[in-house]
Amino acid sequence: MQKRNTEITVGMFVAAGIVAIFVLAMKVSNFTDFTDDAGYEVVAEFGNIGGLKVRSPVTMAGVRVGRVSNISLDGSTYNAKVTLSLYSQFNTLPTDTSASIFTAGLLGEQYIALEAGAEDEFLKNGDVLHLTQPALVLEQIIGQFLFSKAEGE
Amino acid sequence: MIDFIRSLGRWGLDTLQRLGSGHLFLWYMVKGIPEVLLRFSLVIQQLQSVGVRSVMIILVSGLFVGMVLGLQGYNTLVDFGAEESLGVLVSLSLVRELGPVVCALLFAGRAGSALTAEIGLMKSTEQLTGMEMMAVDPIRRIITPRFVAGIISMPLLAAIFSAVGIFGGFIVGYGLLGVDDGAFWSQMQVKTDWYDDVLNGVIKSVVFGVVVTWIALFEGYDASPTSEGVGRATTRTVVHSAFAILGLDFVLTALMFGGI
Repeated sequence: MQKRNTEITVGMFVAAGIVAIFVLAMKVSNFTDFTDDAGYEVVAEFGNIGGLKVRSPVTMAGVRVGRVSNISLDGSTYNAKVTLSLYSQFNTLPTDTSASIFTAGLLGEQYIALEAGAEDEFLKNGDVLHLTQPALVLEQIIGQFLFSKAEGE
Repeated sequence: MIDFIRSLGRWGLDTLQRLGSGHLFLWYMVKGIPEVLLRFSLVIQQLQSVGVRSVMIILVSGLFVGMVLGLQGYNTLVDFGAEESLGVLVSLSLVRELGPVVCALLFAGRAGSALTAEIGLMKSTEQLTGMEMMAVDPIRRIITPRFVAGIISMPLLAAIFSAVGIFGGFIVGYGLLGVDDGAFWSQMQVKTDWYDDVLNGVIKSVVFGVVVTWIALFEGYDASPTSEGVGRATTRTVVHSAFAILGLDFVLTALMFGGI
């Protein structure tokens, strides 16, 4: 009887621990992102990506449609080559979709916002987004502002 | 002068000898693991005393640590209008650091000291010698099951600690301070990474589990067989475990998150 009780309490303890790890995976972390099917990948080139990072969100109309899976530098054009991994359920994006890098809030993290174009054909795996808008760098804007102010005087 | 150098040398030799016998001890424990896994009922008994009896303290302290994080984080974040990030703050600090570290410190105090006292008393009442006389290897029969139980319990306890702590942070943030619950959970999910944050926290807690149980069992096995010796060994367990946990935590954090 004593042994049986021990086994029951130990079983409950192990179950509680596993439930806790499960909660951390499902409720707290982005584990569900990984269980999604891989979807498809498209590439976009930017003149400047600012503070964009791998795993930054990709949104369309504010809805999350994917994430940044890779960032590299194109050796010939000196542009940043960003690979976007999009969820397969969003497979009806036109080929002339444009990508811009925005900042969430004034000091928030940077993300890529997609805006649909008007083409009839849809983006496929490995396609390239040609219409891109680089990240706004605060120092550049301030610099331009000061420059134009000085010119005006 | 010569006496001073001599005492320094003796101290160095003693330390080296203890380190050496500690590692030999670890080797014997690890060597016994396959056999113990075949007789798992021994481990289950120890899981009861090492793991299950530590659940209560882990639950209560996890809840309060999470609640305090919620309060303190809110006070700072509200100045920047970023109180929606409270979930991220609570989850990252718990999953990455506080979960494994505080849980390991509590584990050392609750279970480690009990293990040392138990083994030390077994030694001073010559139960271990008695087993050896009966050709039963005390390390495999007594020590290794406790070692395995400690390694299994620690990550489970740390996970419970983190989960309860996040819940505590949510209670304070949502119930008391009025943070939006949708933003709390969604920001947390976006910023907490399964591999980088949660799994690294689990790895940390496994490492702490090995180190704390190892120190506790070795101190018990190595204690001088008097009541005073057992008392000193128990103190040493808690102190050395705390040093080892905090030092290793720095090393592990530098390895895991240093590049970010």
